Amino acid sequence: MSGDASNTEVGVGADPVPDRRAFLQACAAAAAPAVLFGLSVAPDAAAQGAQPGATPYDPREHYYGMGIDINKCIGCGRCAEACKAENNVPRDAHHFRTWVERYVIHDDDEVVVDSPNGGIDGFPESPSTTGVLRTFFVPKLCNHCANPPCVQVCPVGATFSTQDGVVLVDEEYCIGCRYCIQACPYGARFLHPEKRVAQKCTFCYHRITQGLQPACVEVCPTGARVFGEVHRRSSPLERFRRFNEVQVLKPHLNTDPKVFYANMDGQVR
Amino acid sequence: MGGPIIPRLLRAVPQQLRRLTIIFVVLLAGLVGARRALVPATFGELGHYRAAAVGVIASQPTQYAGHAACEPCHAPIADKKSQSYHRGVACEVCHGPQALHVLDPMAHKPPAPRTRAYCPLCHGYNPSRPTGFPQIDPVVHNPVRPCITCHDPHDPTPPHPPESCAACHGEIARTKAVSPHAQLPCTQCHQVDPRHVVTPRQVRPTKPASREFCGQCHAPGATPPASVAQMEIPRVDLAAHYPGNVCWQCHYPHHPEAH
Repeated sequence: MSGDASNTEVGVGADPVPDRRAFLQACAAAAAPAVLFGLSVAPDAAAQGAQPGATPYDPREHYYGMGIDINKCIGCGRCAEACKAENNVPRDAHHFRTWVERYVIHDDDEVVVDSPNGGIDGFPESPSTTGVLRTFFVPKLCNHCANPPCVQVCPVGATFSTQDGVVLVDEEYCIGCRYCIQACPYGARFLHPEKRVAQKCTFCYHRITQGLQPACVEVCPTGARVFGEVHRRSSPLERFRRFNEVQVLKPHLNTDPKVFYANMDGQVR
Repeated sequence: MGGPIIPRLLRAVPQQLRRLTIIFVVLLAGLVGARRALVPATFGELGHYRAAAVGVIASQPTQYAGHAACEPCHAPIADKKSQSYHRGVACEVCHGPQALHVLDPMAHKPPAPRTRAYCPLCHGYNPSRPTGFPQIDPVVHNPVRPCITCHDPHDPTPPHPPESCAACHGEIARTKAVSPHAQLPCTQCHQVDPRHVVTPRQVRPTKPASREFCGQCHAPGATPPASVAQMEIPRVDLAAHYPGNVCWQCHYPHHPEAH
């Protein structure tokens, strides 16, 4: 196409006056294939995205985080159940990408934390009924730190922060050395018992890139979990952060987590 | 001119340097070849990782279709649910992941939990749950009968609004039932707006804040309500009994003798 255009320009240069119409016709002829090509390509591009008419997903336009309102969590464990179903997480009581912890704080400052099967089967009656000062549920997951220690320690570059702020594991490249599991201060990683690779919460990356909510957010019956983009005023997460006083877990470690907790007790760690 | 220059240069260089150069070139070629073979194709495109892995992770199939997928086909139920207390509860919370049902509605039928075991996962009494969340004790709340005989999960408003405060505030009711205040109705001390039954957390009952309120019964010469008039009521002189403190700082009103 560019070759056609340059030929026409040479023609114009040789005989400028009568050939303006020919030049415009040549331009139109040169542009037509591009327009047709664009029209034929556009539906394909739309078909690849989730919503018709949506532009293809560009990770540079997003930066994800999550908000959790502890006052709204009822400890039903549906998030942990949905996570296992969505991501094919091993169905045993030791491997979770997200789970719910029950905190029982006694009046002698003793803090008891338990999470039987991640909370999926509910929580049995608390062993201590007297002397309980406060008690509540805390959902936990990977904090998708902006400064992730797990990524720093990975010797092969199998775990990484994506451009949209999600910490992922490349299962084909992971050598199963478990450095990242040791390095995570939040206990959010585990070694898959069969694949022998590290696994963790992906914010349901396959869902959020299609414009869906992560499975745990989708099923949370009380709206205790809020998913959205950090630093975009229109996002539900920024609204959550405006209307709540939010904290992060273990801020002294400078991991810069992107999971924000509202109404969090000082004893939560 | 370019042809003969290389043999002339080679002759000018000493033999040991020529051999060293050959070894270097072979090593370098080996290094480049090994690097090309061992480092994955897209490694380092976006950072110190395989850029292709992002696409692999993003292509994982979804299991949960999302609540928006249910509404076009199940409009009547979606409309009913959208007006009910369960409006925030996505269909797949109870019916399980249904991406397959969306693809082929006839081949994959969603399960519906109809047993008594399921609803208490959210609504069974647990002291760790936030105050005001509707909870029942599964042992004493209409035993054995499945929840759906009285409650429609798509519009779970109880057959009638809770008549007694104990329906939600069971622990307080049980404590009060064995205390000297057992005969007093909750409304003796709390003014309850009727809207509290519908939106419990938006409209909250009042709590007595002054010493004089308790003094309506417990001051010397006070006239208590008829329901407890025949009881022997402990009397305290408000002016002398720990002035400056509010009663509930020492006495728990739902169980006044406990500490």
